[in-house]
Amino acid sequence: MSPDPSPPAATTVRPHRSAWAVQGERALEALVRLSGVSAIVFVAAIFFFVLREAAPVLVKDEFSLGQFLFSTEWYPTSASNVRYGTFALTVGTLSVTALAMVIAVPFGIGAAIYLSEFCAPRVRETLKITIELLSAIPSVVWGFIGLTVMSRLIVSTTGAPVGVNVLNGGIILALMSVPVIVSIGEDALKAVPDSYREAGLALGATRWQLVYRVLLPAARNGLLAAVLLGVGRAVGETMAVLMATGHAVHIPGSLLDSVRTLTANIAAELGEAPAGSDHYRVLFLTGTLLFLITFAVNLAADFFVRGIRRR
Amino acid sequence: MTRVPGSSPRLRLLGLVAAGSLAVACGGGGPAAKPAKTVIQNKGSDTMVNVAQVWAEEYRKAAPDVEVEVSGGGSGVGLAALLKGAVDIANASRDIKPSEVEQASKNTGKQPVGFTVGFDALAVYVHKDNPLGEITLEQLSDLYAEGGKVARWSELGVKIPGVTDDTIVRVSRQSSSGTYEFFREHALGNKDFRLGSRDLSGSKEVVELVGSTLTAIGYSGMGYATPAVKMLKVAKAKGEPFVAPTVAAVHDKSYALARSLHVYTLGEPQGAVKAYIDWILSDAGQKVVEESGYVPLSPDQRAKR
Repeated sequence: MSPDPSPPAATTVRPHRSAWAVQGERALEALVRLSGVSAIVFVAAIFFFVLREAAPVLVKDEFSLGQFLFSTEWYPTSASNVRYGTFALTVGTLSVTALAMVIAVPFGIGAAIYLSEFCAPRVRETLKITIELLSAIPSVVWGFIGLTVMSRLIVSTTGAPVGVNVLNGGIILALMSVPVIVSIGEDALKAVPDSYREAGLALGATRWQLVYRVLLPAARNGLLAAVLLGVGRAVGETMAVLMATGHAVHIPGSLLDSVRTLTANIAAELGEAPAGSDHYRVLFLTGTLLFLITFAVNLAADFFVRGIRRR
Repeated sequence: MTRVPGSSPRLRLLGLVAAGSLAVACGGGGPAAKPAKTVIQNKGSDTMVNVAQVWAEEYRKAAPDVEVEVSGGGSGVGLAALLKGAVDIANASRDIKPSEVEQASKNTGKQPVGFTVGFDALAVYVHKDNPLGEITLEQLSDLYAEGGKVARWSELGVKIPGVTDDTIVRVSRQSSSGTYEFFREHALGNKDFRLGSRDLSGSKEVVELVGSTLTAIGYSGMGYATPAVKMLKVAKAKGEPFVAPTVAAVHDKSYALARSLHVYTLGEPQGAVKAYIDWILSDAGQKVVEESGYVPLSPDQRAKR
């Protein structure tokens, strides 16, 4: 498209580039930069729009932020006394996530160590593909498994009256976050230079000692990042916990109590809350709260990832 | 049909449509002039979604050129869609609220028109092995409402065989459901629910959970009964007779937990929508109501229309 009439005069002259080529390159550069920055723009825009929907209720007299954060009374559609307290929901989210991590972290890190250090190459490929497949299962399918298979299993083994509870949600979320933990954890272990392994073996360490004394401390930051990304997955999950946790606004006293999470509450109620009503805005405020929680978790994960890169 | 030379595809399409409608208007035409199917969008109450689907299927036999697309989501969701003009008919298991009527006239300048198409009796369900047979509204309120004291079956004088922990598992519906609002209004006297109940998202789920849990109690449409559960007789107050949820008891209003089922349209229904609603109110449509486990209109209620 850019015919250059002047033939190259001498070998010492630098190749002449047409204005088209120069401008084109600049435009391309700007485009690439834009796509880089767009992620930030999108995150900021999402936060802005969620907060904008929520904002009007913050300035209302009958709304109190203290009640929103620390009251357990969630009565959004009460005929006489409307109360918006999300504390039980926050505790629900935290309890299910905590249980999920208690289950998922040993399994996830264990699998990552096995894949990176002990496993034969062919087995590793098979396992990695299977684990990736595990992360490709849609969350509604997980929820269905929780609602049917897991729920019955819990009732028959623990004698709990109802099988949809913290334990059920925690196990399902653990299964969902294990793939994240495994793949990031394995990368972190792989990033430890081989010279560390060689040095350890040369000093007469067994493979277990090598893992325990050398690799885990060396890959600590990456493994922590893997766990935190798993936490982020668990906190943000909606459909599976909606189906598996029993949906009761209630601070759980045991693993066999039903709970409701922040995400499940939004999913269940937003469809019915009239647009622009207080209920609608409080649900968006719940979304903002959730956004801040996951943002903090992801930010923490990011700092740890930077930690490994700097080495 | 005259062809404009070099006419654009759009013009040609217009011509085809004109020819099609002409053929319909003449009541004749060749096999090529088959009219397009009229589609009626129908959305709303989860309680009514089963019966609405059977209506749609049966109506296809009566009027093959009309397609009724049915979806659930809740009475509020259906009415909201109607007010936005997204659906033609909204199913609602509660009366329309004044705020919704207001919104309709603000949005579209039309008034929603409602038709009672049957009755639903909410049944109070317990597990079939639960010896309890009857309950008063007062007891239900003690059980379900905020500030209620009853937490164990022994407090109601009930001993469930083979159970050591007799804490009552309260099963309820999510707050967006029409069933939830109906129960709050009629059983709890508009008091709030006590928190901690299992709030499920469907009528069927309630019955399923109660059927698999010895210590559970729940409420749901009486059409959802299964062999695993038992419907309790309900008394309006202590000392008044306990009434089982039956068709006769719903018609003579002696059963406390009964409600009307409605369909709503924006403005007086016209054309295909009117024909469909007339069919729902006819004996054929009312037979579907009965077969789906709900209570059809009584003969004089049908005659009124």
